[in-house]
Amino acid sequence: MTAYIIRRLVYGVFVLAGVNVLTFALFFFVNSPEDMARAQLGAKRVTPAAVEKWKRERGYDKPVFLNDKMPGSRKLTETVFFDKSVRLFAFEFGASDQGRNIGYDISTRMWPSLAVQVPAFVIGLAVYITFALLMAFFRATYVDFWGVVLCVLMMSISTLFYIIGGQFVFGKLWNLVPISGYDAGFDALKFLVLPVLIGVIGGIGSSSRWYRTIFLEEISKDYVRTARAKGLSESRVLFRHVLANAMIPILTGVVVVIPLLFMGALITESFFGIPGLGSYTIDAIGQQDFAIVRAMVFLGSVLYIIGLILTDISYTLVDPRVRFS
Amino acid sequence: MMHLVLPFRFEWLWSDALVWLLVASVIGFAIYTNARPHLRAPWARVSRSASGLAAATVLALFVIVGLLDSVHYREALPSQDGKAAYATELRSVLDRLLQPLRASREKTYSAPLATHLYAKETVQLPDGGEVRVFPRLRHGGAHLVDPQQDWARDVAVKAFRGLAIALLVWFVAAIGVCAAESRRATAGIESVWRDVWAGRTAVPWRAVLAALGLLCVLIGPVTALAPHYHVLGTDKVGQDVLYQALKSIRTGLVIGTLATLVMLPFALVLGVMAGYFKGRIDDLIQYLYTTLSSIPGVLLIAAAVLMMQVYIENHPELFPSTEIRADVRLIALCVILGVTSWTGLCRLLRGEALKLREMEYIQAAHAFGVSHWRIMMRHIVPNVMHIVMIALVMDFSGLVLAEAVLSYVGVGVDPSMISFGTMINSARLEMAREPMVWWSLAAAFVFMLTLVLAANLFADAVRDAFDPRLIMAGRHS
Repeated sequence: MTAYIIRRLVYGVFVLAGVNVLTFALFFFVNSPEDMARAQLGAKRVTPAAVEKWKRERGYDKPVFLNDKMPGSRKLTETVFFDKSVRLFAFEFGASDQGRNIGYDISTRMWPSLAVQVPAFVIGLAVYITFALLMAFFRATYVDFWGVVLCVLMMSISTLFYIIGGQFVFGKLWNLVPISGYDAGFDALKFLVLPVLIGVIGGIGSSSRWYRTIFLEEISKDYVRTARAKGLSESRVLFRHVLANAMIPILTGVVVVIPLLFMGALITESFFGIPGLGSYTIDAIGQQDFAIVRAMVFLGSVLYIIGLILTDISYTLVDPRVRFS
Repeated sequence: MMHLVLPFRFEWLWSDALVWLLVASVIGFAIYTNARPHLRAPWARVSRSASGLAAATVLALFVIVGLLDSVHYREALPSQDGKAAYATELRSVLDRLLQPLRASREKTYSAPLATHLYAKETVQLPDGGEVRVFPRLRHGGAHLVDPQQDWARDVAVKAFRGLAIALLVWFVAAIGVCAAESRRATAGIESVWRDVWAGRTAVPWRAVLAALGLLCVLIGPVTALAPHYHVLGTDKVGQDVLYQALKSIRTGLVIGTLATLVMLPFALVLGVMAGYFKGRIDDLIQYLYTTLSSIPGVLLIAAAVLMMQVYIENHPELFPSTEIRADVRLIALCVILGVTSWTGLCRLLRGEALKLREMEYIQAAHAFGVSHWRIMMRHIVPNVMHIVMIALVMDFSGLVLAEAVLSYVGVGVDPSMISFGTMINSARLEMAREPMVWWSLAAAFVFMLTLVLAANLFADAVRDAFDPRLIMAGRHS
């Protein structure tokens, strides 16, 4: 088991190296730093001196892979690749193109993101599974039929409309909560209600339908027939047997997103003015701040790989077949 | 000497060419499929699904609008020396059909079917005084002498006339369907008519006709009113919202289809190879897609689009006009969406190929000395096509929704290109306005919901028809 997890970890590091090389290629070979400087400075203010200054201030003026002018190991470390790519492995994100400390920004902005994402995740999971179980319990009846219709309808609506509609109804029409904004400490609560609610509602369609499919798949298996043949009640079959066995496919989809909750929700945070990592990323994209986008790509991949490893571990916890093989 | 001056010159944008190539290949695929009973069988199952067929009817209408918007031309300019000169502005056939909507630009916001602007303006009176009034629109209801008195009657009469014509068209279509069905079933047209409405026909024509009827009821009055009023109002710069919504359809369709087409070769080739060869090749391909899929989708797309933007900004000489730049951006967005999203399908195909390679008929092919390439092409690929087909239709609606989100983030289509995303993006603050402007968002909402819902229902019908597990279990959910 330990050997297995170590193997997964080593593989994760290799994948991260791949991500790193890929992002580096994307950011430094599609366009040269000169191009980026020109795009940042705007067409009118471009002079060779300004471009050089922009590059020097951000460390893009070094050689890409090998610095011949430096002695010893600094031949490799005093390069753009080392500064902008290898240093990420030590979580040294460096400075953004606007000169802000990215590492500090991330450590302060992850809390508002988590404050929205964690409740939305937990409540959402409970709501989706309950709804899906309800549909599976009343399968092939009108409850199931209209439940599926509702799911398909809800998954056909863009997130943007849930947010705009929610802000309009709860914020403007009924004046229940502020439309957007954020505050420190417990004052944040009234700002969080709506984003969490919208986050949960937005996922009902696709998630509940997905869980319903999983439950129906389990229900069609032999052990369920055996359980019924033993004379167990339908609710006991559903909650004791089906739910327990459906945990394995559900875990596959759920555990992997838990670490990614740190990253926040791009659209939600930007609409509700929550100073989390999602709005941070959107602002960076809007300002074409490539250093922040690079850092977020790396962070996202790290969290995803942690999620994959957690998924493997959670399998061993819930599934004895995996644990003992 | 006289030169022949055509009134227009066709101009093919890259995306037009790709769209029509796609249409041609779909037709080719349909002919190929129709000749082979085993390929036709799942489509016959699709055609027996009532919701699937109703959705297909609605989708067909969207596709027609999208295709009309994919034929571009330049109009000839009046010239003195007989030489052909063409306008710099690129138009599509849809633009031509919607000319009244396109040309009737107002000053700013006006509500649906309004005759006056939405905001008060200061108007100079002839005697030198000033007064704050809602000015009349330049085009919307301009034919009315006294809007206050005539407006309601005029709208009702026009809408009713449109409805009557639409119902007539619908009735002719219904008769046509019954006539074709009665010819096939060699039954009297009257009994077929009763069968259709009782839902007793093999192909659920009732659903098709119901969907068609609903569309006619909506389209008829709108068509009748559109030349005289702004049926869905106008936006901030006075552009007709109905026109924008119709133009958005093409953008959505292009993204939904071309992105999947880009994704397909990657997923198919790599997935089948990984599953078939196993070993080193499998490890390599698995590493590749784990790496790609470990980058959160939106971030990878954003990074790629940002890089593309920088490239376009630094090479303005490659893009002679706004339309061409927007078009190249659209295609680049499709390519980026495709390249970043093949991993899911690739994983599925790998799993399926892993199973197939152990089958007896593949072992037999090996024993006969059939080459790897031939085994993959002749024996594996045809047997994973059902997965490909399901993935193609399932991905479509997701891509249409993704476009709106990406355009909001600022990494979607060119801001000059009309799309659902740009419509929502420019209208998102209008709900906070006093008085509120709701029609832009409502139009985008209704059109997008209809398109995505129809696509989802159709995709479900296709999945139910193609998924062997569902067919064998006899479960249709």
